[in-house]
Amino acid sequence: MTTPDLLGKILQVVMGLVVLAAVVGLLIFFIDKAPKKGRDYWQLALFLLPAMLFVAIGLVYPAIRTSFLAFQNNAGEWSLDNFIWMFTQPAAIRTLINTVLWVALAPVISTVIGLAYAVFIDKSRGEKYYKVILFMPIAISFVGAGVIWGFVYDYNGVGDQIGLLNAIVVAFGGEPVQWLQTDPINTILLIVIMIWIQTGFAMVLLSAAIKGVPTEQIEAAELDGTNAWQRFMNVTVPGIRGSLVVVFTTISIATLKVFDIVRTMTAGNFNTSVVANEMYTQAFRASEIGRGSALALILFVFVLPIVIYNVNVLRKQREIR
Amino acid sequence: MRIRRHRRWMAPVVAAAAVGLALTGCTGDIAGEDAADTDCADYEEYGTFDDAEVTVAGTILDLEADRLSESWADFETCTGISVDYQGSSEFEAQIAVLAEGGNAPDVGIVPQPGLLNRLAAGGWLIPASQPVVDNIDEWWDPIWKEYATVDGEVYAAPLMASIKGYIWYSPAEFEENGYEIPATLDELTALSEQIASDSGRQPWCVGLESGDATGWPGTDWIEDYVLRLHGPEVYDQWVTHGIPFNDPQIAEAFDGVGAYLKNEEMVNAGIGNVSTLVTEAFQTGGLPILDGECSLHHQASFYETFWNPDGGDANTVASDGTVFAFLLPPEEAGGGLQVTGGGEFPVAFRDAEEVEAFRHYLSSDLWANNRVSLGGVISANKGLDPEVASSELLVQSIEILQNPETTFRFDGSDLMPGAVGADSFWKGIVAWVGGEDTAQVLDTIEASWPAS
Amino acid sequence: MSSVAPADLPIDKELADGEAAELAEREPGTKAARVKKRLTSRTATIASLVIAVVWTIPTFGLLVSSFRPAELIRTTGWWTIFQNPGFTLENYATVLFSTSSSSPQLGSYLVNSIAITLLGTLITLVFAAMAAYAFAWIRFKWVNWLFIFVFALQIIPLQMSLVPLLQIFSTWLRPMQAWLHDIVPIIPEQNYLPLWLAHAMFGLPLAIFLLHNFISDIPADVIEAAKVDGATHGQIFFRIVLPLATPALASFAIFQFIWVWNDLLVALIFSGGTQDVAPITQRLAELVGTRGQEWQLLTAAAFVSIVIPLIVFFSLQRYFVRGLLAGATKG
Repeated sequence: MTTPDLLGKILQVVMGLVVLAAVVGLLIFFIDKAPKKGRDYWQLALFLLPAMLFVAIGLVYPAIRTSFLAFQNNAGEWSLDNFIWMFTQPAAIRTLINTVLWVALAPVISTVIGLAYAVFIDKSRGEKYYKVILFMPIAISFVGAGVIWGFVYDYNGVGDQIGLLNAIVVAFGGEPVQWLQTDPINTILLIVIMIWIQTGFAMVLLSAAIKGVPTEQIEAAELDGTNAWQRFMNVTVPGIRGSLVVVFTTISIATLKVFDIVRTMTAGNFNTSVVANEMYTQAFRASEIGRGSALALILFVFVLPIVIYNVNVLRKQREIR
Repeated sequence: MRIRRHRRWMAPVVAAAAVGLALTGCTGDIAGEDAADTDCADYEEYGTFDDAEVTVAGTILDLEADRLSESWADFETCTGISVDYQGSSEFEAQIAVLAEGGNAPDVGIVPQPGLLNRLAAGGWLIPASQPVVDNIDEWWDPIWKEYATVDGEVYAAPLMASIKGYIWYSPAEFEENGYEIPATLDELTALSEQIASDSGRQPWCVGLESGDATGWPGTDWIEDYVLRLHGPEVYDQWVTHGIPFNDPQIAEAFDGVGAYLKNEEMVNAGIGNVSTLVTEAFQTGGLPILDGECSLHHQASFYETFWNPDGGDANTVASDGTVFAFLLPPEEAGGGLQVTGGGEFPVAFRDAEEVEAFRHYLSSDLWANNRVSLGGVISANKGLDPEVASSELLVQSIEILQNPETTFRFDGSDLMPGAVGADSFWKGIVAWVGGEDTAQVLDTIEASWPAS
Repeated sequence: MSSVAPADLPIDKELADGEAAELAEREPGTKAARVKKRLTSRTATIASLVIAVVWTIPTFGLLVSSFRPAELIRTTGWWTIFQNPGFTLENYATVLFSTSSSSPQLGSYLVNSIAITLLGTLITLVFAAMAAYAFAWIRFKWVNWLFIFVFALQIIPLQMSLVPLLQIFSTWLRPMQAWLHDIVPIIPEQNYLPLWLAHAMFGLPLAIFLLHNFISDIPADVIEAAKVDGATHGQIFFRIVLPLATPALASFAIFQFIWVWNDLLVALIFSGGTQDVAPITQRLAELVGTRGQEWQLLTAAAFVSIVIPLIVFFSLQRYFVRGLLAGATKG
C-alpha cells in the first residue's frame, strides 16, 4: 500500500463522515422547520426517510423479486415445480423438523443462561471480565467457531483423540463416538454451538436492561422481607420484560437464518440440514435460484408466529401508555 | 460533557487506526519488473498496450496462485497489460451472482464445464476470439473444445488439467511382496484380496470429507467405473441425462465401487471402520500409506502435493520413491487407456482487446510450457514438452493426455447441472457409504435432476 | 478435570486486576451498592464461574492450538501441551506476513476492514436511532403496522438480496464512483461506498427493532416535559433521547461492529476483491486455502481477527455499566 493509497482511504472515510453528518443535519433542520399544518406527519416522515429508503432498496424489492422467482422454473416459466420438489424429496421433512428443533431449543436456552449470568455478575467484582468471557464467542467469526468446535467434536478411529469430547469419553473408559455423524445427537451438538455464540448477545442486552430497573423498587421489595428469588421474579423480570421479548425474538430469527454453522460442520449431511442451509446450497451451490427462493418463502412462513407474538406485545405496550 | 463523550468514542477508533498504520509499515510497495531484463520476442504477437488492466478471479490459492501470477509476469512486462489475480474459495458460488449483478472480473477461471454452461446460458460470457479458437484447434483434443462450447459458440480454451483415477501405492511394499501393477479391474480385486490376506488388515484407505463438498472423492470413483465398465458413449449419455441416473448400468458401476467402499474387509485401513470414510478429510485420507498401515489410495494426480503435509520433501513421488501411482486399470487388458480428469477454462466477462490478448496467451503452448515448468501442475496442451514437468508422475500424466490412443472424459459431476453435480451426487455418496442401498440413492439423485 | 486449571487461573487473576477499576467506577456508599452486595450469593458466584469456564474452554483450546505446530495439532489434543510440548509463532507469522503475491499486504486489508466497519456501523446506528425514535414517540395508527413490517424484514436472508442489490449498484452507483475517481484521483474507482450502503441496508431492521425497545422505555413524562418547554423533535432527539439511550446504542454499536467486521459474504460480493476495498476476512479466507484443512493457520487467523473487536468492546464497556436511566432519575 502506497502513501497515496492510504490517503485516499482516509479521505474516503472522512468524506463519508462529512456526508453522513450533513445528511443528518439537513434532516433535523427540515424537521424543526416543518410546516405547522400536519406537523407531526412531516416530522415522522423525515425521521423515517433514510431508514425506509435503505430497507426498500436493500430488502423489500429483493423480497418481492424472490417471491416471484419461487414460482418460476429455470426457464422462467410460471410453475409450482419448486414447491413440489421441496415437499416430495425425502430429506425435506427432516429439514423442516430440524429447523423447528433449532428454534425450539437455541433461543430459550441462550436467553435463560444469558439472563442468569447477567443477574449473577451484576455489580460484582470483575463484572467487565466476566462479560468479556461470554462475549468472546460473538467476536470470533464463524470460520473460527467452526475450527474451535472441530477441536471439541473431532473423532479419531485410531490413535489419540484430538477432540475434547471424545478425549473425555475415552478417559472415562468409553468408546469414542462420531458425534457429528450420529443422528440425532449431531443436530443437538450443532445447536450447542449456536447457544454458545448467542448467549453472550442475550447477556449483554439483558445486563443493560437489568441496570435500568430502578433500585428503589428493589429496595422496597427488600424492606418487605422478600427473598432474592421473589425479588427477581416480581421486580426484575417485569422490569425487563420488554428486553426479554426482544432478545428472545432476535435470537429466534438469527436461529432461523443460521446456515454457516451447519455448512461448516456437516454441510447438511447426516440428517442435520436446516432450511436456511438448504436455501444457500440450492441457490449458490446448485444454481437452482427458484428452489432457493421457495425455501426462503418457507422461512417467511416460519417467522410468522414470531411476528404475530410481537404484534401482540407491541399492542399491549401501546395500551399501557 | 459532550466533548468527553466524543473522546471516548474516538479512543477505539484511534487505537484501531494506529494498529492499522503500524501494520502498513510492515509492508512495502511491490516493485514492478524491469522490461529491459525480459526477452519480449515471443510476446510480440499479443501486441502492446498502454495502462491496460485485466482482473482475473478463480479458485486457485496460495502457492498455486503465486505460480500462476509468475506464469504471466513476462507477458505483463512485454505487453504493458497488468494482470491482477484474486483467488477465492467461494469463487464457484459467487461468480454467477457477480456476473448477474454486472460486477464480474474480466476473466474468471472456471473449473467446471457445468458452470461455464450456466454462465453462457445467462448471456454473460464473451465468446472466444478467432486466435483463441485457432489455438484450441491446434493444441487440444477435440473433446476439450466440446466442453467449452455452448450452442455452437466456443467460450474458452482449456487452461490446466488433472488426471483422476490414480491409485497411489508404496513401491517398496510392492517390491517386497512381489505385487504386480494390475492390468484389469479383476486383477485389482485379486490384488486387494492378496494384500488383505498377507497383511491381515484392510488394503484401502479412503477420505471423503471436504467441508461442504463432502463426498466428492466418491463421485470420482463412480465416474471412473462408469467409463471403464461401459465406455465413453454411455458415460456421455449419463452426464447429459440421456439415460436416467438410476439406469441399471450406473447401478452396476456403483456396486463395483461398493465392493471396496462398503466392505469392512477393504476399508478403512489405518483410520477405522467404514463409518470413518466420511469423517476422514480427503487431504489426509492417503497418509496411512506412509506408515505402512494402508496399501492403496484412489485420488487424482494433484494428490502429489499432499504427501508432505508439513512442507519439505521428505516423501518423494517416484517409481523408486516413497509413493507412486498407477492408473485404475480398464475392464479388459489391452487397448487404449480410459481416463477421467478435470481442468479449468478462463472465460471472459468483458469484451476488450487486452482481455482477448491475455486469453490468447493463456491458450498458447508458450503459456503451457511456462506454467508447467514452474511445477506442480500439467496441461492437456499438445504443444507442451512433457519433460518440463516437475515430477515423474506429472511427466507420465502429460504423456497419457497427449497419447492419441487415450480416451479422455471430463469429471462427470463437473458436467452435470449443479443441483446434481454439486449437491445431490455428493450427498448421495455420503448416504450410500453410510449404509443406504444403491437403488434408493440412485432414485434420490435422479429425482433431484432439474427438469429444464 | 485437571485440564481446566489453566483456564481458571486467568479468571482469578483478572478478578484481582478488575477490583481497582470496579471500585473506581462504583459510586461508593450508595444504597444501590449495598443492596447488590447482599444479592450476590455464594451460589451465584459459583454458577457464574462454572458458566464462564465452560464458555472459555473451546476458545482456550483454540488459543493453545494457534501456538502449536501443524503436525502436533493433527495428532494430539491441545490439552496434552505439557506431554507434547511444541511452541511456534510460525502460524502467526504466516497469517500476518505471508507475501503470497495473490494478496500481498495485510496492512491495507486491515485499513479496509476498519474503514468499512466504522461507517458501516455508524450509518446504521444513526438512521436506526432516528427511525426508532419516530416509531416510539410520534403516534399514528399506520406507523405501528409499518414498524411491524420493518421488524418482519429481519427474516429476509441476505443471500436473496445480493443479486438485485448488485444490479442496482452497478446501474446507479458505478457512474458516481467513476465520477468521484475522476475528480479525486487518489480515491480508487472501487471505493467503500457499496459496502457501507449494503451493510447499512442489511443491518437496519434489527437495529431499529432493538433500539425501539430501549427508546420507548424512556419515561413519557420526560419527553412530555420537554415538549411543554417548547423543545422541537430535533432537540428532544439529540438532547434527551440519545443521551438516555447511550447504553443501548453502545450495545448495538458493538454488535453491528462485530457483524460487519466478521462479514465475508457481503465483502465477497460488493468489494470487487481488490486490495483497494477488500477486508481482512477476505484475505484470511484466501490464506486458509480451498478446502480448509490448514487448521494451524485458521487458529491464528481467528485470533488475529478478534483483536480489534475486543478493543472496541473494552472501550465501550463503560456505557453498559451505567444504568439505562441513570441520567433521567438524577434530573
